[in-house]
Parts: sequence; C-alpha cells; structure tokens
Amino acid sequence: MTEPSATSNPLNVIVATDCGSTTTKAILIEKVGNEYRQTYRGEAPTTVEAPFEDVTRGVLNAIAEIEELSGRKILDGDKIITPCRDAKTGVDIYISTSSAGGGLQMMVTGVVQNMTGESAQRAALGAGAIVIDVLASNDGRLPHEKIERIRTMRPDMILMSGGTDGGAVTHVVEMAEYISAAEPRPRFGATYKLPLIYAGNKDAQPQVRKILGEKAALVLTDNIRPVLERENLTPARDKIHDLFLEHVMQQAPGYKKLIEMAGAPIMPTPAAVGVIMETIAKREHLNLIGVDIGGATTDVFSIFEGLFNRTVSANLGMSYSISNVLAEAGLANIMRWVPFTLDEQTLRNRIKNKMVRPTTIPQTLDELQIEHAIAREALRLALIHHKSLATALKGIQQERTISDVFEQQQSGKTLINMLKLDLIVGSGGILSHAPRRVQSMLMMVDAYEPLGVTRLSVDSIFMMPHLGVLSMINERAATDVFVRDCMVYLGTCVAPIGQGKEGERCADYVITFPDGRVDKGQLSFGDLRLLPLASDQKASITIQPVKQVNLGAGAGVSVTREVQGGVVGLLLDGRGRPLQLPAEHDAKVAMLTKWFKAVDLYPKM
Amino acid sequence: MPHSYTPGLTVTEQTTVRRRRMLSLSGTVLVVAGETVRANQAVARAELPGKVYPLNLANQLGVAPDEINEYLIKKTGDPVQKDEILAENKPLIKWFKTEVLSPVTGVVESVSTITGQVLLREPPRVLELLGYVDGLIVEVIPQQGVVVETECSLVQGIFGIGGETWGEIVIAVTAPDEILLPRHFTGAMKGKVVVGGSFISSDGLARAKDVGVAGLVIGGIHDKDLRALLGYDLGVAITGTEQVGFTLILTEGFGTIPMAEKTFTLLSAHVGQLASISGATQIRAGVIRPEVIIPKRITAAHSPATVLQREGIRIGDQVRIIRDPLFGKIGEVASLPSDLQKIPTESEVRVMEVCFADGSRVMIPRTNIELIEGC
Repeated sequence: MTEPSATSNPLNVIVATDCGSTTTKAILIEKVGNEYRQTYRGEAPTTVEAPFEDVTRGVLNAIAEIEELSGRKILDGDKIITPCRDAKTGVDIYISTSSAGGGLQMMVTGVVQNMTGESAQRAALGAGAIVIDVLASNDGRLPHEKIERIRTMRPDMILMSGGTDGGAVTHVVEMAEYISAAEPRPRFGATYKLPLIYAGNKDAQPQVRKILGEKAALVLTDNIRPVLERENLTPARDKIHDLFLEHVMQQAPGYKKLIEMAGAPIMPTPAAVGVIMETIAKREHLNLIGVDIGGATTDVFSIFEGLFNRTVSANLGMSYSISNVLAEAGLANIMRWVPFTLDEQTLRNRIKNKMVRPTTIPQTLDELQIEHAIAREALRLALIHHKSLATALKGIQQERTISDVFEQQQSGKTLINMLKLDLIVGSGGILSHAPRRVQSMLMMVDAYEPLGVTRLSVDSIFMMPHLGVLSMINERAATDVFVRDCMVYLGTCVAPIGQGKEGERCADYVITFPDGRVDKGQLSFGDLRLLPLASDQKASITIQPVKQVNLGAGAGVSVTREVQGGVVGLLLDGRGRPLQLPAEHDAKVAMLTKWFKAVDLYPKM
Repeated sequence: MPHSYTPGLTVTEQTTVRRRRMLSLSGTVLVVAGETVRANQAVARAELPGKVYPLNLANQLGVAPDEINEYLIKKTGDPVQKDEILAENKPLIKWFKTEVLSPVTGVVESVSTITGQVLLREPPRVLELLGYVDGLIVEVIPQQGVVVETECSLVQGIFGIGGETWGEIVIAVTAPDEILLPRHFTGAMKGKVVVGGSFISSDGLARAKDVGVAGLVIGGIHDKDLRALLGYDLGVAITGTEQVGFTLILTEGFGTIPMAEKTFTLLSAHVGQLASISGATQIRAGVIRPEVIIPKRITAAHSPATVLQREGIRIGDQVRIIRDPLFGKIGEVASLPSDLQKIPTESEVRVMEVCFADGSRVMIPRTNIELIEGC
C-alpha cells in the first residue's frame, strides 16, 4: 500500500471516491488560492458484481467522468497518476471509503444481552458495521439453536464480549465453545479463517485462545466492559478497522487493487460519515442527529452531551430495501403522506418494481411524492431503532437523591432528547438530490418531529464519506470543503409541543429580522408557515404559546431565541406535536395539499 | 478507456453459459474435466457435519466442572447411541445413582472442564450437488466443485422465487399479452416449465400448484398475490430457497405486463425441449437474476465460452422502459442527447429518446430503461 503522503508532499489536488452498494461517487478537491474547494464530481455504477467483479472498474469510470468535466488528466490506463506532474496532470493523493458488497457484516456475542451484548453491538456499529445478530447467554435461545445460528450466518467478523475483568469466566468460555462447535465460515471464500475479536473478561483470554485459536483468526483486545459502570469501546473498534482492511477487504472483488491504489486506508462508509458528524458536534458544541439514507440501509448518528452513537437499520433504504420499508411501516403509514388517491395494488406493485430495478428514478411528480412518502417512514423507523440503542448503560446502580423521588427513571434510558437537539444533518441520495431543498427539510421535519427550536442541514451532493476519510489525513482540507461546499444549512424549524383543533390559536410570535423589520403574527394549529431568512442571517424570535402548549420552557411560558437562516428559511410548524394527520382520506389529502402549498413543496400543486 | 453501461437482461437464442457449481463446504468431486453431465446428475458430494447438542453434565450430576472426567463413561471421540449412558455418579447407596443418557446418536466431540459441558455431534449428512444443466465439465475445483458449460438459449428474468429445477417447455397461451388463466392448466403440464403471457392471478398460481408444474415463466404478477403465495411480505429481493411447489420467474415485473415479444418467441421455438430454470434472485452486490437455460447439445470438444459483452447503449438498441408512466413498454433507442434535461420532477438528468412501434417518440431518463440484450 502507498504510504499516506500527507507529511511528505503538499496535498493540493485530491481525488476521493465512495464505493456505495449502487453507485461509486468521485469528487475532486483542489486548493484554490489559500483554501480547499470541491470542484468536480463524477459517478458510475459500482462494479462489485458480475460481469466485472472488480470494484476498481467503477472507481476508474467515476474518475474518468471527472477527467472529462475538469480537463485534468488523472488516469494513465488503469492507474491513477500520483503525485501531480503539472497543473493539469495527476492528483496528489487518492482516497476512498466503501460500503459495497453489503458493507461490513458482523455477529456479536455477550453474556447478558442488554449489558455486554449491547456494548458489543455499540462497538461494532460505531466501527461502521452492520450487526446481523447478537448472541448472548440469556437471549432465550437454546444452546443448540445458538450453534445452529452461528453456523448458518456467514459474517465477515465476530466480536466476542462478556464478563467484567476479574469476574466469572464460565459464560464467556461457554460461548467460545459454541462458536468453536459451530465452525463459522466467512462470507467471502472458504480459504481464510474468520476474523474473531475477543474483547471480554481478560481472565478468560487463555481459555478463549485455547478453544478458538486454531479455528479462527483470533485477536485479543481490552475488555469493552472492564467494569459494569464503564464502556471501553475504542480498542475493539480499532481492531475492527484493522481486521476489516487486513482480512475482509482483501477478499471482496477487486479490493486488493483498490487498497493498492489508495494513498490512505480505505474506511467503511459509515465510519467516515461518523467522523464528520462527531467533528461537527464537537466543533460547535452541539447536540446533533445525523442520518445517511441510502439504497440498502439507513445509518443514524447522534451526539448528545458529547456521547457518540451510531446505528444502522440494515433493511431500511430507498431502493434495495424499499419493499422492507413498506413491510415494516405498513401501508397506512406510507399512504398518510401521499397527497392524492392511489389504490393499494398500484402502490404495492410500484414499490416492488423499484425493488427489482433499484437504480430507476421518479419520472413524474406523483412518483416523486410516493418516494418522499416512503422516505419519511424509513427515516422515522430508523430513528426509533436508534433511540432504542443510543441509551445510557443498562443494569448499573443509580444514585438517587431526594429530588429524584418523583422522577423514577430506569437505567438504560435513551440519550436522544429532541428538546435538547440543536441540529439535524441529512445525507444520502433522496435528501441530497431532492429537486427542491425544502423537500429535504420537510421530509426530515415530518419524520423526526423536532421539538422547540431545531436547525436543519443537508449534505449538498453527498460527500460526507469522502470528507470523513480526508479528515484522517488532512483535517484542514476536510474542514474547508465541509464548510464551503458540503454543508447546506436549510434553516430552522420552530415547533411548539401540544395539540389543538385546526385553526385554534397555538402561539403568538414576534420576529425581529436583521434589517430591523418586525413581523408579528399568530400561529394557529394546523398552520405551516415558511419565512425567508438567508443562510448568513440571524433573526430573533419570541414565541408566546397558549397555556397548554410548550416550547421547552414549560406550558404557556414565552421563549425568546436567536434563529439561523438557510437556503429554505424559517419554518414555523403549528401542526402540533405529536404530529397527527386526519384519519379520513379526503381530509388527509386536503391537509397535505394545504401544507405542501404553504411551503411551495412541489411544482404546480 | 473506461465506459459506462446500462444494465440489461439477456434474451438470446445462442450463447454459451458456464455455471460454477460449488459445495458449501469441502467434499469430493464426482466427475472429471471433459465429462458430459446431465442436469439431475450428482457432480460433487460433501458431508455436512451433524448438529451439535451441548449437555451440561456438571449441572446434571451436581458436581464441579473440573470433576466431570471422573464420571464420564464415554470419552472424547467415542461413538454414542441415543439413550446410552454418557456419565454416571457412583454413590454409596445405589438409589441415589444418577445416569445421564445421550439425547442423540453421534460422537462425543468435546468435554470442557471449565464449563462442565459435553458437546455431542450427530452423524454427518450427505449433501449432493447436482449438475443443474446438461453440459460439459470444463473445470474441476478439487474438493469444492466444478464448472459446467453448455451451449444454449438463455432468457434472464427480472425476479423469481424458488430454486433450481428442470422440465419440458410448454406454452400455455397464444400471445405474449394474454393472461394465463386457471383453465389453461392441464394435467399434462405436471413436471413441465409452463410459459404464460402478461399475468397470472392468485387463482392461476393455486391451479399451477395443484397440477404440479415444475416452473412458471410469466410477464408479471401482483405483489399481493406474491405475498399470499409466500405467506409473508418480501422485504428484500434475495430469493431462491422458497418452497411454494414450483419455481416462478417474472420476465417483466410486478403488474400486468405483456411478456417481451422476443422472449415469448424464443421460448415458443423450444416447446418440448428440456429447460433448466432457477428462480434465485439477488439484487445486491453480486447480482443474480432468475434464468431459463435451454441446452442445445452436448459436445465433448469444447470451444472457449463466448461471454456476452456489455457495451454502451447505441441508437437502434431494443430497450424496455422500467418506470412509470410507461412501465413495461418496449421500443428502440432513437437518439442519445448529451445535455441534461429537466423532467417533470424538476430533476435534471441524462435522457434518451425512445421510438415505439407506432412511430411515437418520448424522452426517458437513461436510468429508467433496460437493454434487452442478446441477439
């Protein structure tokens, strides 16, 4: 592999790719004056599958598109010219992320399902993996069922956890015995040993080595739960990344070549996006939720009070997994977002046709609206999934004071607090490539139902993975491009909590715009109002909710906040929280039509 | 020079296909290179290790895990019959004797003095791998499998369910746009591959099952009928292991869609011939489409396989529109404008002009067409 050249050569021209399950996206980043900018973009179908079975074909095709658009010669046959030879030839480094071939699929084990089992799951998810099963001593399955399950699944890697350091070894050794008996085989090929990371009770390491040392490519690392009250996920995550490169990537079609072409380690796409999300939250001291909705999976990231969590909903997506969104959400939940009459059979057939031909795009307005309806449900379900895993540690004793007497909180409470949420970041084809930015904003508002005051943004053309891997070798270049070309601030949503009859008063507001203009008005229940406020502008808003309505400070309590603008503007959402749509079809269509018109969501509504 | 391609489905009268037949675990290959094989002939065999039954002897005998070796009657590697004594204690009073019987017939695989657990393994199960197509063995991968080559006609479908099977081709309708009705099925179709037209309803599917057809090749079905057939809502298109009584292949998609004329004509020309079919579909990396393979003849002297080359799309190519509002229509590429065009959704995309048989022309996003490949 080429050594990262960050220190040896100045990086002025960078080409980065993300090899997705459907498309390989390439971007060119150039130093323009004193700052880095994303200048050109190209894409091509991913070529992991037959007849090519070589991921680098798609990479070269996507880069060739950049060559055509930019006039820069980057390729010499099947090779990328590095470093730059002159102003129009070559690039200084090539870097890449990948989620092609189904991403990194892992099986994790623990002793107690909602303790070490969940910790192992969080470690794997945080490293960018899809967790295909969580086995635990108390998961309710009989021993032979566990063994059968391990045998039939073909993961890329197994992460074993269980027990605190110095505690009992029996259960974790028992799990090692099950794995040994099952003789698990890796997903790609039968010629190499399955990578297995042991991150459990350190006292059991000798026994685990004895049982599994011959049967798997065993790696021992620090316990992810050394004591009950503390998680230590980083060593296990680092090992997952190492093994992903050393073992898994080497087996996937064409990846050996890709690793040789790249000037820095290939990262799993979700891991790279996670790096960017964490960077945004830390730099601006924000609580944020990020989402990357793809064709096969939807990844959700959150950072609350500095705690990072990531989940992947492996079968919620807009093409390969679109039919599963229908299966999980149910027809009624999708239909509630469709602003016209459509019979069930037609909708079902259309969704299945998208599933079997995943690369097609909506050609008519009604098809676009159907896809946006499905996206709302995929986003909603993925957040529910995320909330269930992004929790405080379960099973630990909590200190209670007298003030906690009236608030009996359970251990393992979700960390996601929508009232404390500052920013929602959207990424992925359906959000990044929506014909109107307001469509992305409303999809996220409808799916997540933000409470109080929340800012929203979107990845301009889907380049967060590229910037995530870039930040590993050149933080400044990644930050420059992120701020100037990647992050598009959509605006701010103001959403009072409470419900009332349509047309009844919800809140009174006073907005003072930067030019001194003052807008006073009343927000009624059922209203959706969009006010222009540019990206570089801030306004002050004072909202006086009616007595049963809350904006975060308590029912009926006035709130004054500074709000940031965006390419869409300031969205006043008086539709109530929780958001409820009329059950009756005609009333629902009329309501959706009113909302969509109010924000100019689609052409010729 | 790299080039982009538009994915397509192959429908061709004459091609050579190779099918890699691999055991899921190491075993024995039963044929040699150059040998001709039949679709239903075993080409390799493997022994699937038997199921494992863990038994916690320490708990059952009420002893510490590190003491269990003292109580074992059967040691690691010993064969054991169902209900045979595995371990027993030796109390002073025989009334307190505890015997642990084997729940299965097999061997004692391991004994753990840390957990007190004994693992018993059932005898292995023999797995036979069949040839799937009549053809010639062109490669043997020792202990793993073979590559079978056949000269054939080939039809790829868009979606299917059910595994590999074979049977004679029967055409049940008179035209590609005719609906396949329950009354079209006869007892003579048992074990055959039945080709229909544009659609089959749930009643038709039930009738096909009753008759015992081996496979069904049809333009389209409704999703609700698929759900009824499977008994669940299919979430992700990874299929091939379903057992609904027959293998089902859709050539066009979901809904009532006439089978492409070219597909129908090709299949009609092979009535009475043996076809190997598979409903296995995987629409993810390593895409697999369902297929109908009609082998021509088996010759010992083999020439190198001609792999279909996918090329960039060209004017005059036959294409299928794969998205509403013209879903399922088939036409020819009339022009390929290079500039982006705004479509009704306001997206700016690359398009192509498609000309239909009646002379009408429309602009369609390039991602919304599919090449009908093969000559």
